Amino acid sequence: MSRLYRMPSLGSDMEAGTLIEWVRQPGDRLAKGDVIAVIETQKGAIEVEVFHDAVMGRPLIQVGDKVPVGSPMAELEDASAAPALRPATGIPATHAPEPGPAVAEAGTRTSERIADQAGHRIGHRAGTGTAAQRRRASPAARRLADARGIALDAIEGSGPRGAVVLADVHAATGTTPTTEAASPPRGHLDLAAMRQAIAAAMSRSKREIPHYYLSHDIDLTAATDWLTARNAQLPPDQRLLLGALLIKAVALSLDKFPELNGFDRDGHFEPAQGVHIGCATAIRGGGLVAPALHDADQLQLPTLMTRLRDLVGRVRSGGLRASELSDPTITVSSLGERGVDRLYGIIYPPQVAIVGFGTPALRPWVQDGQVVPRNIVTATLSADHRHSDGHRGALFLARVGQRLQEPDTL
Amino acid sequence: MSAQMIEISYREAVREAIREALNRDPRVFLMGEDVGRYGGCYAVSKGLYDEFGPERIRDAPLSEAGFTGAGIGAALGGLRPIVEVMTVNFSLLALDQIVNNAATLRHMSGGQFSVPLVIRMACGAGKQLAAQHSHSLEGWYAHVPGIKVLAPATLEDARGMLWSALEDPDPVVIFEHVMLYNRSGQLAADAGAVPIEGAAVRREGGDVTLITYGGSLFKTLEAADTLAADGIAAEVIDLRCLRPLDDATLMASVARTHRAVIIDEGWRSGSLAAEISARLMEQAFWELDAPVGRVCSAEVPIPYPKHLEDAAVPQTDDIVAAARAVLNR
Amino acid sequence: MSIRETDGDHSHLGDKLHLDRAHALHLLREMLRIRQFEERCAELYTEEKIRGFLHLYTGEEAIAVGVMQGLTGSDAVVATYREHGHAIARGLPMTRLMAEMYGKREGVSRGRGGSMHVFDADSRFYGGNAIVGGGLPLAVGLALADRLLGRAQVTACFFGEGAAAEGAFHESLNLAALWQLPVLFVCENNLYAMGTALERSESETAIARKAESYRIPAAAVDGMDVIAIEAAARRALAEIRAGGGPRFLECRTYRFRAHSMFDAQLYRDKAEVEAWKQKGPLLRFRQWLQEAGMLSAAEVEHLEAEVAEEVAAAVAFAEAGQWEPVEDLARDVYTEQPA
Repeated sequence: MSRLYRMPSLGSDMEAGTLIEWVRQPGDRLAKGDVIAVIETQKGAIEVEVFHDAVMGRPLIQVGDKVPVGSPMAELEDASAAPALRPATGIPATHAPEPGPAVAEAGTRTSERIADQAGHRIGHRAGTGTAAQRRRASPAARRLADARGIALDAIEGSGPRGAVVLADVHAATGTTPTTEAASPPRGHLDLAAMRQAIAAAMSRSKREIPHYYLSHDIDLTAATDWLTARNAQLPPDQRLLLGALLIKAVALSLDKFPELNGFDRDGHFEPAQGVHIGCATAIRGGGLVAPALHDADQLQLPTLMTRLRDLVGRVRSGGLRASELSDPTITVSSLGERGVDRLYGIIYPPQVAIVGFGTPALRPWVQDGQVVPRNIVTATLSADHRHSDGHRGALFLARVGQRLQEPDTL
Repeated sequence: MSAQMIEISYREAVREAIREALNRDPRVFLMGEDVGRYGGCYAVSKGLYDEFGPERIRDAPLSEAGFTGAGIGAALGGLRPIVEVMTVNFSLLALDQIVNNAATLRHMSGGQFSVPLVIRMACGAGKQLAAQHSHSLEGWYAHVPGIKVLAPATLEDARGMLWSALEDPDPVVIFEHVMLYNRSGQLAADAGAVPIEGAAVRREGGDVTLITYGGSLFKTLEAADTLAADGIAAEVIDLRCLRPLDDATLMASVARTHRAVIIDEGWRSGSLAAEISARLMEQAFWELDAPVGRVCSAEVPIPYPKHLEDAAVPQTDDIVAAARAVLNR
Repeated sequence: MSIRETDGDHSHLGDKLHLDRAHALHLLREMLRIRQFEERCAELYTEEKIRGFLHLYTGEEAIAVGVMQGLTGSDAVVATYREHGHAIARGLPMTRLMAEMYGKREGVSRGRGGSMHVFDADSRFYGGNAIVGGGLPLAVGLALADRLLGRAQVTACFFGEGAAAEGAFHESLNLAALWQLPVLFVCENNLYAMGTALERSESETAIARKAESYRIPAAAVDGMDVIAIEAAARRALAEIRAGGGPRFLECRTYRFRAHSMFDAQLYRDKAEVEAWKQKGPLLRFRQWLQEAGMLSAAEVEHLEAEVAEEVAAAVAFAEAGQWEPVEDLARDVYTEQPA
């Protein structure tokens, strides 16, 4: 019995993905969670995993192919039924009549390279089953064409040896190259494409989701005092940041408010199975992602802090897992030390709520009839009015505030 | 508010830098072959012997390993020596001391000893000095962790890098290209120390990034002029410091221009240009709109006859052609 | 200028060296410390506690111990890759030295150097140089700094006779003599440059004569006789301190063990090694002290037990030491400067 491995959706704004590597080969046994392929998306290259034990079967697309979400990528054989087709050494079994496309592709590139060095252009090797020669295009042009959704084959190349270069892609799309200083490159994260993705998701959100907004000032003095005392005993790399407390407080408060933790599915609410907080993280140079901190309500603070550091680190180094981009059930966005009082978030579909925290600051506060300086943060909630209302939202925000008065219970 | 400018040669700028260092810090002394009575092989130290005497302008016998090692020892002992190795070819006789001692002592001693030593040497082709006196081995030195490697090309850097190098607690090797010594220009009369890290954008442009250093800088700037006449705006980056390399400046430029040509008088194989090209692949691959180009020396010992020497090392026309090639124009 | 030969007879030393019992016992103890430390190192090497190259000084202890007696705390020492003896005689703590042998963070060089690269700023111990002849130019430079800064200090530079074939040896002797620098060159002539016998590598086998050709006063000394070495070193150091420029000591000695741990010793006879062992510095000096009535067998036993305890403590210290975290790999390549 075989199933199909399909192009996974890694976010509501992802429409298609480009296969850049088969990590596993036909015949390989895959355990649940194993990475099977690497997919290029607007947010960079992401490793995608299988969710059941299986044996990799026939690939249905090739490296370089861009296919829509949901398209079959490969066959998966039942793990219990199928014998391993390929020995673990990676040497193709003799009874496999065709080389896999990935192998053919690699061979083709090598021969092309050797031919290039000798000053020749060669056609594609016959019999490998791949249709056409790989189009010569610069990395920058390839990236732009991908972002604009244009096939390279349709573009006339004017670069060295007929390669498609940036200017050709601009000409083909009727755009002009930007002259402003580009940001320094980081990995292969494409900031322009990311900006487009954010634009699409946020436009959809504002177009489709009836937001309501609530704001609540929370006294953080107890929390920050507790944090200071605790951190004093810890080496710098183990210290907790306020952000971890805020995330934990939100995560714990959701237990009584399931209508804020889940997804809109064509107008119907689907509660989430766990609390996976999307942590909005700015990327240096611009752009933003909110990968999931899984089961944040279940994590002890030190573990939560470690996972958060790891997540932020991988946002910057470009090593996010697919599940981290697709799993968040609610988003938390914190302005940290940016010095702004409050933020009103836009919901990241298909989620139904986003919690925002401004910059904590000493403010006058009335306590027991006296005006006293206290460390205050303004928390906000933007929520989907189709699935919750202001009364429930207000109770939720108040609960977050109460939670933060008892930091040792977090 | 412009400072008073003076006309000065590169040679004089280096000499002024040495003179200033000798005046500022009694621990500084210059040591090398014929730096004293003779006045320096390239006349850099001319006059300093009379001014500072034989103890501080110290003529050394022809023993590169000996006096370079003595410079290292003197630095360990609390002085701030400037060792002049006449030309880079002779530095090969001192390579053991530089690579096995200067570069390693801090690490081997677990951080107990630093070697605040400056080694200056002339390098490069162009004066028909043939195969044993025309090397560009900066890339070799830049390969070695534990030393810093500088290539001042401008008058400001010739004047200003030495003092910063002397203030640095670690060994610094300074390469002075022989074709630069006679270059003259305007320099602020009060010009002083400049940082010894970071590359400099010597000319801005959006079409192609030309990356170079030392003796090739002015050829590259000339090439940029030629390209400009044809409507090609080349950005020229002077590396200045060959170790550590300033990746950020290079990547930022290539992110704007999407094309790069590296001009390096070293031989192509295993060159500094190769290293920079690799870094562009690692860090700016997705920005590239054309293969990285290189203009390096031909893989021959530098020949004596003028026309062959010219053909062996990067020239302005080669740079223009390489830039056009990556632009396909 | 001449090459003085000494014959190992100490009876005439009275006026030159005040050899009281306490000093004699100190010399014996120092040599014993080196011997026992290194014997333990050899054992630890076979147990894979110490790795890399391990070059033992066994048989040559009298030289380091004898020369160090004439140095003050502000003098400098430059040694070779066979430098454990020099480090111990110079006063480096055996605990941190053993930790260095292990490569532990508590080692004198933070574990980064190992057996061949022992350094210590406090005692001006400049290594630990594993390039034959590589330390001589450093010694010249250290002495040059002392001279130019007006410091009345001497740099003692140890090297083997193999270094005499290197250009750096000749360049350094020339520079030191030319500039009249306060360097004491100490050649430890153990007759073999690794496995190459002296007569197979040098046209002139009297190394001291090479120094003489650079107009450096030189003496050839019995390298197995700690008293003779101390006397010769004190004399040379006094002349250097008086402004006489460099001096050169050739100490004729023999290494009892292989060049390094991995050496089948195909290049010399067992009988030759045995014959030299009978002239060993510890054996001879102990016998001499006992015959002179300065030392009893019980005292020897007690001394050996004390040193054994020190070595055991050093091993325990090294065992308890920490490995430097890998995150610190890149430290000490350049000097960390305040941002």
